[in-house]
Amino acid sequence: MRTKYLIIGNSAGGIGAAEAIREADEENILTIISDESYPVYSRPLISKYLTKECTLDKMLYRPADFYAQNNIVFLPDRRVTHLEPSHRTAQFEDGEHIIWEKLLLAVGGTPIVPKIGGRERKGVFTFTTLNDAKAVDKFLENGVKKAVVIGGGLIGISATEALVKRGIEVKIIEMKERVLNTIIDEQASLMAEEALKQAEVKIITGHTVAEISGSDALESVILDNEEEIPCDLVVIAIGVSPRTELALDAGIKINRGIVVDCHMATSHPDIYSCGDAAEAYDFVYEENRLTPIWPNAYVGGRVAGYNMAGIDKEYPGGTAMNSLNYFGIDIASAGITTLPNSNNYEVISKQDGSIYQKVVLKDDFIVGMIFVGNIEKSGIVFGLMRDKVNVGSFKQSLLADDFGLAFLPRKLWQERLETPPELAYSNRRHWSN
Amino acid sequence: MKRIYVKEEACIGCGLCQVYCQTEHSQSKDIIKAFKKESPRPLPRVWVEARENVSFAIQCRQCSEPWCVYSCLTGAMHNDPVSGLITVDAERCIGCWTCIVACPYGALTKDTSNNTVVKCDLCPGRDIPACVANCPNEALVLSEDGEKG
Repeated sequence: MRTKYLIIGNSAGGIGAAEAIREADEENILTIISDESYPVYSRPLISKYLTKECTLDKMLYRPADFYAQNNIVFLPDRRVTHLEPSHRTAQFEDGEHIIWEKLLLAVGGTPIVPKIGGRERKGVFTFTTLNDAKAVDKFLENGVKKAVVIGGGLIGISATEALVKRGIEVKIIEMKERVLNTIIDEQASLMAEEALKQAEVKIITGHTVAEISGSDALESVILDNEEEIPCDLVVIAIGVSPRTELALDAGIKINRGIVVDCHMATSHPDIYSCGDAAEAYDFVYEENRLTPIWPNAYVGGRVAGYNMAGIDKEYPGGTAMNSLNYFGIDIASAGITTLPNSNNYEVISKQDGSIYQKVVLKDDFIVGMIFVGNIEKSGIVFGLMRDKVNVGSFKQSLLADDFGLAFLPRKLWQERLETPPELAYSNRRHWSN
Repeated sequence: MKRIYVKEEACIGCGLCQVYCQTEHSQSKDIIKAFKKESPRPLPRVWVEARENVSFAIQCRQCSEPWCVYSCLTGAMHNDPVSGLITVDAERCIGCWTCIVACPYGALTKDTSNNTVVKCDLCPGRDIPACVANCPNEALVLSEDGEKG
């Protein structure tokens, strides 16, 4: 087999790249390899699959005929096990190989499973793919009543919500002192925990699971303080680490993830990477970091795709940005939300009942934000953060009740509204300056 | 490529654009019925921002680099390659609001009645969007330019 473009990975990053390539090059062979069986689907929707709010059909990220429409060779259920960059080949599990000219490693992340005794038992799951959701769904038929979710991060909370909706009693075990500790601050965590408690979820913080015990069926998890928590299902959701084994095999530079430059190119000029596997530029930290979120994967993939097709595009940088709505509470967060030990940051915040807003500034530039309850104008703040706008002259307005573009200085909102180039229509005779 | 621009100097913040937008997006398309009878009341896709002596209407900018589309977790947001119109497929929107956090204009809004996002659709079926057609000060204009900004 031979292809001009080879994309390994069939999620947000791979599809972003494929769409960009097809904008630039409709002709040459483009191949996408997936180790899953499905056309591209939205990974974040697996919790809605488990609750039966979504079927696979509704989870599809692109229409079912996406590959045919875009003249893409799609190879599902295939796993690449070896790369030979000098020969530009990728080898499959069965020994067959494919020759490529430009390669994208959009391989994503793999759930971290700590070496807890009993982790291989039946009834212990991770929760990142549709197959995971299907496996949990099937296991629930055994009459599961109590579940333990290890990890109070995004995936853990999303799994918890789905299990609660399925009528299961859930306990979350979080190693740190609060849930969602990597993406929101203490106050917002407190609000999220309150919403969880309202749904009768029990949260145990500051502890880890030492052992998962049982015989044929699961019986309990045992914590590091020897407390025993009965359960018949365990979800391990402590995080995801970049899948770097192919990059390692190819001799490409890896730090925590596959290191990419502003073109999303790796240390090998014809190999690109993006998404959860890659360590790309973070505009808040001003250095390469892992930012494993869906939008960054898509945008990074898109940039990679253009460059693979010979169009010079630079990655604008991404940062951790999340919009959460679990248990009826809306939370938007981005960048640095919990202050490092430093005097260089300024915080503006406001709390009013179920509404909490916070903006973190450094030298009058926004480096972090949290919006709880009222998130509708958070995009304007995130935009100012992404565009690196000095907000010194209007920072106090950022949390105004009726905040909007009009609170920005005239020059800024004028830029955003733009001047009409030519007028096709105004509703009277003419429109003059 | 169509988009709506606002002439800020002519916008007095009367809010009629909102009213006509709501009416246009109602079941009945009748102003009285839309506001008095329909439940839930249709949401506007345009808002008037006002502060001190400044006011202007704002709706989706139909960006050529649409952060909302790039950020959409489900593929519900779509950039039509021919018309350049940014659309949302309510069937596939799950109300995660990632697009809202991504939009630098604050031009998207939550429809909590069905948990989907709503945005300016340039009034399909009308030559001139309702907000433009009904602005008493001709502060809103429809422009058809080749380039997307």
